[in-house]
Amino acid sequence: MTEFVMPSLGADMEDGTLVEQLVAPGDPIHRGDIIAAVETQKGAIEIEVFEDGFLDKWLVPLGKKVPVGTPIAMIRTSNEPDDPDMPQPADPTPAAPPPEAPQPVDPVAPPATPEEPSPTPEQPPEIPPELSQPDRQRVSPAARRRAAETGFDLTSLGTGKIISLDDIPDATGAVQPEPVSAMRQAISAAMTRSKREIPHYYLSDTIDLTRAEDFISAHNADQPPDARLALGVLYIRAVALAAQKYTDFNGYFEDGKFTPGDAVHLGMAINLRSGGLVAPALHDATEGELPALMARLKDLVTRVRQGRFRARELSDPTITLTSLGDRGVAGITGVIFPPQVAIVGIGTPTLQPAVIAGGVQPRRMAQITLAADHRVSDGHNGARFLRAIIKHLQNPEQL
Amino acid sequence: MTDDTIQTLLEKHLRRIAPEVPLDDIDRSADLREEFDIDSMDFMTLITGLGKELSLPMPEADYDQMRSFDDLAGYLRSHSQ
Repeated sequence: MTEFVMPSLGADMEDGTLVEQLVAPGDPIHRGDIIAAVETQKGAIEIEVFEDGFLDKWLVPLGKKVPVGTPIAMIRTSNEPDDPDMPQPADPTPAAPPPEAPQPVDPVAPPATPEEPSPTPEQPPEIPPELSQPDRQRVSPAARRRAAETGFDLTSLGTGKIISLDDIPDATGAVQPEPVSAMRQAISAAMTRSKREIPHYYLSDTIDLTRAEDFISAHNADQPPDARLALGVLYIRAVALAAQKYTDFNGYFEDGKFTPGDAVHLGMAINLRSGGLVAPALHDATEGELPALMARLKDLVTRVRQGRFRARELSDPTITLTSLGDRGVAGITGVIFPPQVAIVGIGTPTLQPAVIAGGVQPRRMAQITLAADHRVSDGHNGARFLRAIIKHLQNPEQL
Repeated sequence: MTDDTIQTLLEKHLRRIAPEVPLDDIDRSADLREEFDIDSMDFMTLITGLGKELSLPMPEADYDQMRSFDDLAGYLRSHSQ
């Protein structure tokens, strides 16, 4: 029997609210299954399980907010006898992390140990019976509280999506932009910590993206819209390949030491229409053909903008890429997301005069910047890393 | 296809991507992506959706003819029979 605990979904997360239990006690579960959803400052996050077995029981009721590390369910592993009447022995070992995907341990997050005082003094809100029914309406506790206060009819919103606080008009009838401030708090916590703890240094250069853009246009010419590539997918692959080689920029700085990542899980800074941004991981960004990488990128962006992403996507990034797209400004110098040690920024490409073989030609140029952690690397190696990214982008057919 | 049908269809797809932008407030002759604050990924989603619904190839080489709301509506009108 193992405990399934409230995961840490990033340096800034201290607690989460269990909003969905997607399997029932006794149901079989498999490694990678999504078994629950947790509401955090960044929205509803799907939580995966890391082992095969059966769900024994839920330890935390729906709607209850608990600190990171609190056991939320018991899992019976496959090789244990399936005997529901067996007395439950207290399990001294915490749930083992997945061997190939270690959760980054956050030094400021509450430890997953029993020294945590009784997890929640807070009284869980009453869960109406419809919450346990299939096709039930999924409503966040805060939204339910406001609906109760204002007399708002929740059934008018249907069952299609998770209803959060900003879906419920407040007493004056105006819909509150509440998630912006929670998002702002999350960004503020992570970025303040970054600026306080990480001695950043910065490097920049200019990339000629003419060949990269021509490569994308040639690929897209005979493709239907949903099979077309975006320039961003070349950025992703170029940064990932360079980070795989220059290991000082890919990994985590924790407890006074740097641990290189065993793969490149590229954090993608994605802005949200409702305000703020998140930077979830595109896993194994060095792997697969470009069309497959593009499909994974589209899937990630779509889910993130719907407020639905997976726990590992928030906790796994080993380095972050922030790109301003084609409607931005010339350059961006990023702030490192702890415990990562580097962030690469790419500005909006513009047509610029460039000197080539003694003549001036119009070329598509963009600024590229690296912000990196001086506790781990220096400008010399940083420059080699940045040049490697540029070189990859100038040879797009090899990506 | 009538102008109204095209207009309704385009509005439906834009509302999915940018639900908070009031269609009455936008400048229909200005850059569509600026008006709706949509990025290249959103634009791909829009083109994919319109192409599927109208069975049009929407080639990338024609993107210049789809810059504003009015341009795009005109493009859809002239290519869908």
